Amino acid sequence: MDSFLLIGILTLMAVGLIVLYSATGANMSKVNNQIINMLVALVIMWLVANIPLQQIMRLALPLYILGLILLIGVALFGEINNGARRWLNIGVTRIQPSELMKIAIPLMMAWYFDKHEITLRLKDYLGATVLLMLPVLLILRQPDLGTALLIAASGFYVLFLAGLSWRIIAGLVISAAASLPILWSIMHDYQRRRIMTLLDPTQDPLGAGYHTIQSSIAIGSGGIVGKGWKNGTQAQLDFLPEQSTDFIFAVFSEEFGLIGNTILLFLYLIVIARCMVITANASTQFTRLIAGSITLTFFTYIFVNMGMVSGILPIVGVPLPLISYGGTSMVTMLLGFGILMSIQTHPKLVKT
Amino acid sequence: MKRDVELRNHPVELHKFRIRLFISACFVLVLFLILYVRFYYLQVSQQEHYHTLAEANRISISPLVPNRGLIYDRNGRALAQNYSAYTLEIVPNKIQNLEAALDELATIIEITTTDRQRFKKLLKESKRFKSLPIRSRLTDVEIATFAANRYRFPGIEIKARVLRQYPEKEIVSHIIGYISRINDQDLEQLERNEELNNYRGSQHIGKIGIEQSYEKQLHGVTGFEEVETDAAGRSIRVLSRTPSIPGNNLILSLDLGLQEAAEKAFWRSSWALVALDPNNGEVLAFVSKPGFDNNLFIGGIDQENWSLLNNSIDRPLNNRALRGVYPPGSTFKPFMALAALELGKRSPEYSMSDPGYFSLPGVERRYRDWKPGGHGRVDLYKSLVVSCDTYYYSLANDLGIDNIHSFIGQFGLGKKTGIDMEGEVSGLLPSSAWKMSRYKQKWYAGDTISVAIGQGYNLTTPLQLAFATMIIANNGKAYLPRLVKQIQNSETGDVEDIPAKLLYSLNLKPRNLEVVKNALVDVTRPGGTAAKAGANAAYTFAGKTGTSQVIGIKQGERYNEKSINERHRDHAMFIAYAPAENPKIALAILVENTGTGGSTAAPIARQVFDYYLLGKSPEATVAKLIEPAEVHVHDHL
Repeated sequence: MDSFLLIGILTLMAVGLIVLYSATGANMSKVNNQIINMLVALVIMWLVANIPLQQIMRLALPLYILGLILLIGVALFGEINNGARRWLNIGVTRIQPSELMKIAIPLMMAWYFDKHEITLRLKDYLGATVLLMLPVLLILRQPDLGTALLIAASGFYVLFLAGLSWRIIAGLVISAAASLPILWSIMHDYQRRRIMTLLDPTQDPLGAGYHTIQSSIAIGSGGIVGKGWKNGTQAQLDFLPEQSTDFIFAVFSEEFGLIGNTILLFLYLIVIARCMVITANASTQFTRLIAGSITLTFFTYIFVNMGMVSGILPIVGVPLPLISYGGTSMVTMLLGFGILMSIQTHPKLVKT
Repeated sequence: MKRDVELRNHPVELHKFRIRLFISACFVLVLFLILYVRFYYLQVSQQEHYHTLAEANRISISPLVPNRGLIYDRNGRALAQNYSAYTLEIVPNKIQNLEAALDELATIIEITTTDRQRFKKLLKESKRFKSLPIRSRLTDVEIATFAANRYRFPGIEIKARVLRQYPEKEIVSHIIGYISRINDQDLEQLERNEELNNYRGSQHIGKIGIEQSYEKQLHGVTGFEEVETDAAGRSIRVLSRTPSIPGNNLILSLDLGLQEAAEKAFWRSSWALVALDPNNGEVLAFVSKPGFDNNLFIGGIDQENWSLLNNSIDRPLNNRALRGVYPPGSTFKPFMALAALELGKRSPEYSMSDPGYFSLPGVERRYRDWKPGGHGRVDLYKSLVVSCDTYYYSLANDLGIDNIHSFIGQFGLGKKTGIDMEGEVSGLLPSSAWKMSRYKQKWYAGDTISVAIGQGYNLTTPLQLAFATMIIANNGKAYLPRLVKQIQNSETGDVEDIPAKLLYSLNLKPRNLEVVKNALVDVTRPGGTAAKAGANAAYTFAGKTGTSQVIGIKQGERYNEKSINERHRDHAMFIAYAPAENPKIALAILVENTGTGGSTAAPIARQVFDYYLLGKSPEATVAKLIEPAEVHVHDHL
């Protein structure tokens, strides 16, 4: 276990519980639930941290294939909920295979580049891109834009860190810009509305624009010092939507102000910095890539969530890591940190 | 595979990686900086602005619920209207002990057990943060009393609401249907259709009947207003306002007077009547008895009334005219007769000798006529006037089931008519292909024999029979039956006519139609099966009696319900139109469990025609329950 990283994580979790207590209107049962979520996730992190990396490496391909099969299963037999087909009923329980992909994609791509390390050529990057795009397209069709983008990002980070040439990156950026109209045409209506609403939230104040308007008011009215814990009127009077999950940052921001935001960003930055140090010191291509991807994905969650809550990104339903209420994302996050800790504590590959 | 760890940490490669990582770190810092700038903008530069919005005067956006459109009959008589009233409403999750609060409330305002039961039912079906009515139509005294005691009841409020009312209650309950509180299923449906935003603030939605089928027209468009509120949530000032657009008014083709006349013409429960205008398909009357007080459903029906309605042996909630399926019995014969003439299987001149039964060639079994000993020599004309079964047994055998299916199918039997009301059922007009796919059995010649007289697998709704009758009456024009005649914009008052829709025209030979129609006129004259009903009519009218058997029906599980099992008597059927030479009204009548069409159903038609054509109101309770005038037994099973 990396105690430096652990302290950072626990501090953020503590902040999360404090905000959650306020955001739920002092609902202890929800706070207790979240404590259980955290404990479960911490145990999983501890377990993963104690597994040597090459054992985790062996799981890369099977996990990826399993995830892909489940995603195809969702596309064919998934349950429709709120117009999206994301869940698969496997008899005993319902699962959301896109969650699994959040870990499986960086693992698989890091494994792939590790295999092709000596001969890294353009076709290897193409192969990796195919590996990435298969699940991304499947998730995009569910439709789950937020998760698809995050998974695409985590894969892109691997490509980038593996040394994808700048020319190709520039080409990708240009072609991405060029494909925007195509993307727009295959988007679902509600996705388009979200983007339109970002440009002008007042267009639809009762509908999609409501979230952005109310969370901006919450953050802005917090001012420099904030309104104080449990005193956020936007949060306490139920103006904020999803205030214990995706929009919990608005509650935090309203009650603790710019000072609180500074401290929170700083805490996140410390955790990210520590992760980057671990990444820089990792001993193999595989561990470097996986550690780098996990670190940058963690950052992406933070940026996308804070960006959408503060009104500079469209609303895509991404939780704030370690703070938002919910077990699934907590487990996924800490699983990632477990891998990082394993890299830190098992620095050398055991020869096989 | 054995690998050299040192090779993997090749300095050049590691260096390249670290450069990339460094770039990533810069990327992270830049984006965090962007976030920070945004926070600074919101919380420092714009703090004042947002502070105003949030703290001193919070803006709340409240929906403005549109007034629901009204419903009138064709003469402007109100069938569904709105009224304003004060209701006492409770938000359940704002109250710690609901029972205690209700008890205390009952000490100052009258709350009956029924109110409580209804409230409990609502509570189960609704989200905890929704405002639910415990009492409606508060009197001025009650409002004053509550206002004075308001401090004692946090979470309970008086609200001004626009409520729905159905002044005609039972008479049109099956047509109008009702609105009721939006439940979770409705919400899901609205979300799927992306209409949820338009229902913010709406409490009710059409559940059945016209209220359901024309929900989009009636509901209107929800507006919203931005209101400045103080810290306690009281509104101070309206900032901006997008007014709601009230729902459209509907003007039905229904003639309420005719509907009432039909109701008065027959006192017994469990019957149905559908009357159409043969010139355009407008529904003039649409009776399904018994009805129910649809006002009961608006605020949520209480348990007691619900079980009363739901468990009643007469099934008042069942829309018989639209959803009841019955064998058409002998009302099927005019269509058989037309099939015979059009397909050239019989000529009007052909006659046969009726010994009182029919046997398939080489089979012992006898299919008996309702009249023991038979009707003597019978031609097509006589077969309709006296309703001879034997003629049709032999005819059906010559036609074959698939000819019957395809020809009579053109009259809409066994199909949904497409009327503008949801929930229509299709019934069944059997064919050999149908039997194969349904029972994996081939069609037997014997099956056709019972189909000939409208029994066997045949199942039609009263609406379908009226539709088919209309097509005969107007010489082959299939107009879409419709209940809504006009839609009125409730703001401008502009009325938009819904034009008659001719679905298709049948190319029937005038001569063949004439033969059949002449026979149908003589059904209501001396010697015909509906002679009594036709006696001394001031106009000519054409009709056909029928009797639909209840026992021995294999199809239609409806009849297997235990409440109905005790009721094995035949159903009386009658189809008719008038005046015969220039029809203005065509109808079908079904009376459950009373015997014959001629004695019970036909007199209702006469009353309805007298009202519609002559303006004569019906004498109260005409038909005696059972008149053993004509014994009409189909023994063919």
